[in-house]
Amino acid sequence: MMENLPALVIAVPLLGAFTTPLLKKRPRGAALWANAIALVTLGLVLFLAKEVLSSGTILYTFGAKEPGLTLPSGYRLPVRIIFEIDAMGVFMAISAALMTFIGALYSYSHLSRENGLEKYYSLILLLEVGILGMVLTGDLFNLFVFLEIAGIAGSALVGFRNYRGEASEAGIKYLMVSSVASLMVLFSIGILYAQYDNLNLAYLAKHVSFNVPDMIAFGLLFSSFAVKCGAVPMHYWVPDAYTEVPSGVNPPLLVSTYASLYALFRVSFTLFASVSWTLERIGWVMSILGVLTMFIGVTMALVQHDVKRLMSYHAISQTGYMLLGVGVGLTVLHDPTKFQEFGRAAMAGGIFHIINHIIYKGLLLMTAGALFYVTGTRDLDKMGGLARRMPYTAVAFIVGAAAISGLPPFNGFASKILIYETSYRLNPLLAIVAMVTSVLTLASFVKVFASAFLGPPVREYESVREVPKPMLASMLTLAVLCILFGLFPNVVLNKLVYPAVDALVKFTAYTGWLP
Amino acid sequence: MNFTLHTPSGYWNPLLWVAFLVLFAVVGYIIYSRGNPAHKTGEQAKPYLSGNEEPDVEEIRVRASDIYWGFLEALKGYYRVLIAMHTGDLRDYIYWYIGVGTVIILIFLGGL
Repeated sequence: MMENLPALVIAVPLLGAFTTPLLKKRPRGAALWANAIALVTLGLVLFLAKEVLSSGTILYTFGAKEPGLTLPSGYRLPVRIIFEIDAMGVFMAISAALMTFIGALYSYSHLSRENGLEKYYSLILLLEVGILGMVLTGDLFNLFVFLEIAGIAGSALVGFRNYRGEASEAGIKYLMVSSVASLMVLFSIGILYAQYDNLNLAYLAKHVSFNVPDMIAFGLLFSSFAVKCGAVPMHYWVPDAYTEVPSGVNPPLLVSTYASLYALFRVSFTLFASVSWTLERIGWVMSILGVLTMFIGVTMALVQHDVKRLMSYHAISQTGYMLLGVGVGLTVLHDPTKFQEFGRAAMAGGIFHIINHIIYKGLLLMTAGALFYVTGTRDLDKMGGLARRMPYTAVAFIVGAAAISGLPPFNGFASKILIYETSYRLNPLLAIVAMVTSVLTLASFVKVFASAFLGPPVREYESVREVPKPMLASMLTLAVLCILFGLFPNVVLNKLVYPAVDALVKFTAYTGWLP
Repeated sequence: MNFTLHTPSGYWNPLLWVAFLVLFAVVGYIIYSRGNPAHKTGEQAKPYLSGNEEPDVEEIRVRASDIYWGFLEALKGYYRVLIAMHTGDLRDYIYWYIGVGTVIILIFLGGL
């Protein structure tokens, strides 16, 4: 079984996605089944992570006599779909599996009043399949297929509350933007296939010649994954989608967004990192997109009074930190002295921030969902004094807000300090914008806390009670992770983040199995 | 196990920070528990609004939209442009994508 672990990680949630609709007449059964599948998938992903982190990259060839048989005798190039699972891939896979389980658990109570739950849980599991496939595959066309699966499942989930016009509109917008970006990915895949007759990432990385069509393909891939991860000024779909999607889907949808960021990093490092003459330029593009993304995101958040829309703009803003961290690393990748001095730490900050952000933003969006669950509104102007009625949600919110604002000792601080210091070494202005963004983030969450949880109680909500236990369990689990990742950042960095950074940076290791 | 996070320019030890936080919290609690001898209770502590009746708390609370009024007013030129960019129109989303994509391709080709 262990040798087929990579296939099982995809097959189990896929099986769950196709069997959940059979429980149409038992919505609670569908919810429990989906939760069980998500939990089993999490267990499988953790096993896979243990294997990869202890033994190194795993290659899994679909349809081969032996899963590890990438090149049958006499073959000099790969002809089958191959999963190439390195530390960066499992880092993302852990995020996907954990957040899908947390989201499904939260949804158990959060959506108990809705219809069509069998479709909802089926789509959540399908979204998980899409994300896991994207981060585990070593084949560019396969990446496109999983990108489409995640995009279609995600847009259906955004429009799940189709009795609301806004949800349907947001779902269609998400679908259209995803489709256009995916088509451009397909177009760039076509350009590469026309030249190299192969779509295996390792094979392409070894043979890519950086001619004009290659660079056009790279530009298309770069901008398409940037739009899918919500980089400014291509971020407009994010607030629409994150606001309207049920809060239980927010955590896996966040990971889906960052799976595109993973794809952006993967093509930038694995596929095109040898292109030393323009790599610094690519790094600067990423860093500048990063600071623009963080600043415009946070300033737009400050003017919102819809609690989920406000948090959605913060999601955009935080993506900027990841782009900045990894962008700084990419800029100095071919300068060994600078890379050792601060480039590797910059990339660690950016990648550590991915998982930190998934945890605290998942938590914050779920607290926003809890506010909506008890008050029936997302308008902060109409809320007040809810801390007395919802003490556990209030505590979870404080932890999430402190983490996103980069307050010590929560997890956001640990990754942000690495990004501040290293971006300062590249250009002090980058670090200043990053720090100002954190101050504005704190200001924004003070506003949310003061409006929703503090102040005199609003008569309309005098009878509201704390949210049900499954919702609380999901939020408090993430709150505890915010604290643990903040108190023991070295453990996460050494066990998960630095291996992921090295997997990206040592791009020759990715192609090492080819003759 | 080493709990100190070494950064390129220094280090960060969260456990040490928590220890100091607890220490300062204890000192703060000791000061707080001594009480404030100048604190007044009873009639003197009630708000006095020139003899007018105190308005209902729901009427006077500061709403989320008003909290950073001054900040937003000072930056209204910036916000006018920023909010105008966020049209909510799907066609604009695609235009931005095409525009930025074109610029990125030109940069990668060395044209900018």
